[in-house]
Amino acid sequence: MSQINRLEGGQIDRNQPLNFKFDGKSYAGFAGDTLASALLANDVRLMGRSFKYHRPRGPLTAGSEEPNAIVELRSGNRQEPNTRATTAELYEGLTAKSQNRWPSLAFDAMAINDRFSNFLTAGFYYKTFMWPAVFWEKVYEPIIRKAAGLGSLSLLDDPDEYDKGFRHTDLLIIGAGPSGLMAALTAGRAGSDVILADEDFAFGGRLNSETFAINDEASDVWVQATIAELSAMSNVRMMTRTTVIGAFDHGIYGAVERVSDHLIMPAAGKPRQILWRIYAAKTILAAGATERPIAFENNDRPGIMLASAMRSYANRWAATPAQRVTIFTNNDDGHSTAADLHAKGVKIAAVIDSRADAPRSLDYEVVQGAQVVDSKGRLGVKFVEVKLADGSSRTIECGALGVSGGWNPNVHMTCHQRGRPTWNESLAAFVPGGTLPPGMTVTGAANGDLSTHMALKTGAAAAKAALGLKGRSAKTPTAEDAPVSQTPFWYVEGCSRAWLDQQNDVTVKDVKLSHQEGFRSVEHLKRYTTLGMATDQGKTSNMGGLAIMAELAGKSIPEVGTTIFRPPYTPTSIGVLAGRMRGKEFHPTRLTPSHYWAKERGAVFVEVGNWLRAQWFPIAGETHWRESVDREVTATRASVGVCDCTTLGKIDVQGSDAATFLNKVYCNAFAKLAVGKVRYGLMLREDGIAMDDGTAGRLAEDHFVVTTTTAKAAAVYQHLEFVRQCLYPDLDVQLISTTEAWAQYAVAGPNSRALLQKIVDPEFDISNEAFPFMGCGNITVCGGLRARLFRISFSGELAFEIAVPSRYGDALMRRLMDVGEEFNVTPYGTEALGVMRIEKGHAAGNELNGTTSALNLGMGRMVSKKKDSIGSTLSERAGMNEENALMQVGIQPLDPADKITSGGHLMAADGPVDAAHDQGYVTSAAFSPTLSSMIGLGMLKDGGNRQGEKMRLVSPLTDLTVDVEIVSAHFVDPEGERVRG
Amino acid sequence: MIINHPLLGPRDSAEFTYLGDAKMIERPDWESETAAQDFYEYAYLRDNPAGIHRELWFHEGGDRSYLVVTRDTVTHEISNVELARDVARKLGRSK
Repeated sequence: MSQINRLEGGQIDRNQPLNFKFDGKSYAGFAGDTLASALLANDVRLMGRSFKYHRPRGPLTAGSEEPNAIVELRSGNRQEPNTRATTAELYEGLTAKSQNRWPSLAFDAMAINDRFSNFLTAGFYYKTFMWPAVFWEKVYEPIIRKAAGLGSLSLLDDPDEYDKGFRHTDLLIIGAGPSGLMAALTAGRAGSDVILADEDFAFGGRLNSETFAINDEASDVWVQATIAELSAMSNVRMMTRTTVIGAFDHGIYGAVERVSDHLIMPAAGKPRQILWRIYAAKTILAAGATERPIAFENNDRPGIMLASAMRSYANRWAATPAQRVTIFTNNDDGHSTAADLHAKGVKIAAVIDSRADAPRSLDYEVVQGAQVVDSKGRLGVKFVEVKLADGSSRTIECGALGVSGGWNPNVHMTCHQRGRPTWNESLAAFVPGGTLPPGMTVTGAANGDLSTHMALKTGAAAAKAALGLKGRSAKTPTAEDAPVSQTPFWYVEGCSRAWLDQQNDVTVKDVKLSHQEGFRSVEHLKRYTTLGMATDQGKTSNMGGLAIMAELAGKSIPEVGTTIFRPPYTPTSIGVLAGRMRGKEFHPTRLTPSHYWAKERGAVFVEVGNWLRAQWFPIAGETHWRESVDREVTATRASVGVCDCTTLGKIDVQGSDAATFLNKVYCNAFAKLAVGKVRYGLMLREDGIAMDDGTAGRLAEDHFVVTTTTAKAAAVYQHLEFVRQCLYPDLDVQLISTTEAWAQYAVAGPNSRALLQKIVDPEFDISNEAFPFMGCGNITVCGGLRARLFRISFSGELAFEIAVPSRYGDALMRRLMDVGEEFNVTPYGTEALGVMRIEKGHAAGNELNGTTSALNLGMGRMVSKKKDSIGSTLSERAGMNEENALMQVGIQPLDPADKITSGGHLMAADGPVDAAHDQGYVTSAAFSPTLSSMIGLGMLKDGGNRQGEKMRLVSPLTDLTVDVEIVSAHFVDPEGERVRG
Repeated sequence: MIINHPLLGPRDSAEFTYLGDAKMIERPDWESETAAQDFYEYAYLRDNPAGIHRELWFHEGGDRSYLVVTRDTVTHEISNVELARDVARKLGRSK
């Protein structure tokens, strides 16, 4: 058998062999393996190259805290870089590649960096790529980009789906080790609604990796019985493969469930992952603890790993990194690894214990008061160098070294709302402290209670307390309760290239350098050296760095403090954060009532906010958009055109105080508007800048219909509600958005009335006398269909807007086209709409751009001084009423062939072109088929008095200078005769 | 965050949009002698406290009420939620 490092026992299913490939080579493992455990069983220790120095690396851990064994999983469009081999579940056909190496993992050309390590120390980039500045973009950055980063992206669309879900619970339990299971059992039996979540695919936590007994039986018996009991409870939801990634405000937790990551591809209809938003009344954090390493020279060779991880591989996965193993420890826990491996038939070369009084063993040699000071071996450890108590050296041959420096409680989630952990002297570790997120209790090892007995006991007690359960609790199962004392031992004296953060290649030497160069605050240390900033967030490295900083600064560790832990707890895919909101589903798509009709006509669509609007309607023979748009404009001005303007916001304003209310929100007067009339209205912000414009039609004494621009529909509605509820709480007025309730079409052009007369029911007279410009009213069309008619014009032609209930919108458009045939009726899109409004000089979003006042827009006199309205007081400020204030003007090139560019600036005909001589700018530009020239609208200082002046339009960015003339903004029908015809 | 709506009970803050300081309710009198200064302060000046803050939230994905939410900006603890309309009435903004 090729799995030469496979041991007896374990929680793998030997009846389910699985084939997989790593770097193109085939291997076999079993169901229940991770990629890392299967590779170790196959005698593969080397799994990756380090970030900076490209040093060969193997797994340091057996869990999600892994810094080294980071691989590229799957291929093609499912390729997933930077995946931890220690958590990737094995499945039939799995393929993985090592990262950050070329041409191969065993021979990596970039490993040359390791030889130049003296130059690549902390701050290397800051110091080296300083000058010349122009080199940065062209030379340095491409080189760094090529060299940096671990995995690579497929650059293909992810074919899988990701979902989001919401759950509510009485009690969320994070972690299903002994403490979490016991808490779930206590709460579940009491009938509470419980969610038990664990990032692992098997519940049991550390018990799966240990040989402990519970109730005098193998712990697995208790774990399986507990899982069975919990599974039978309908009030307990068991979530494996679910990482709680963050503790957010008010008991809201984020959790990622990896539904299909353990499969070659998701089952039909199943998502790859789900992001859960869990609303928890109470939370128990039972996240366990992470073992910490001891730094020594060359402590990063493949085969050197945490002693607890070695125990996990042996007990849970029946795998060992080597047949001959050495242990380096400063506490009793390291000895359990030696004992467990020895029991499985692995040769223990020696246990090196830094304590002079370390316990002896009958089964293997214990070297007391000694330290591992160095390691050797090209692509994996072959020898370790030991400094004995008497100062002499000894070399030990081994294929793996287990290192144990004690345990750190996993306090991360307690800090997500700025809680700061406190230092526990007897554990020489940080434990949860200060203010925990509301509703959270921490139990078991995560709280510094490192024995199994305490984990079980505190789990049960916390559940009782959190839920306010009365009465005696069930008996805590019996379990080991070994006293734990940990003494600090962070690094071996005299070491320098001893790795603290293996993923970001930060050594003891780098931390010392950082201190020497003045980066002494822990947050500075982190950023200068990048310690703890890799994807593992320093779960195994932060403490070592802190300890060295403390020593150099002559402070204690708690005085130095810790960096802040932030969500997510483990790396989270962008896909699951996006969920279904990608591609076309990134935002909702709103379709106009005439959309399907427009599609049939071959319209080209444009996104306007969430809306899809017809941009133009090409006909046979047209090859350029300008041909279509010019034709639409010309045909509309010559006869009649129809445009869907449903997207404009419509707000129904009703109540006996409706007119009073509109008087407050529009700067111009509305109180005296007659029933059956429409008025243009300008809304200001309180600072006097224009917010939005539109029309308000009075359909009845107590009923107005307000229109807004498409872009500002939601914002204006929100603003009107603010004015109504917060400023005038007792006006009798009600608001509702009716944008989507009415399909509304602009019918424009000299034949617009004639066209409408064909569909408006005969009892309604829409002649010029009966229905003049700025008239409005309720009518019926097509034999009784209720409709609203407004005689308003954006194009400058005789024009109407007709609205019918949305569901009749499609039919109305088709009817208008049918009956309009004799007038050559032409549908037009947003481009032609834009051209005609520029020709007419109507301001739109480009002019109402958040910097312009009523005065700038040429509507200064509209702001009524006889009443209070939003913005009226501040628009009177001197600074907004200076003599040479910007005023809207028209701009025409002297040579009609010249181009007008929106965004270009206006300068005097001669003189310098610079910001100091800036006279104004172009807001809108279009080709006018009516004038056979490009035209523009813009803002010009004192623009009201400069008609006829020749100026230069410049755009230094696009190298454009055009001679232009300042003209009236009303290029077409300046007297407004057409609209009144 | 969860906002305890006086009419609708606890709702996720994702249903709301934030407007700003609840002082915006106290719009000055346009006919006052000091109107220019008052409106300047009303439009531009805001306190930015690390601690208790009364602020306006709009229940856009709900009943379209404006609420005055009393929130600790440091801890996000919400100690009171009122209908803005009631607050405005208490401040004498009835017509």
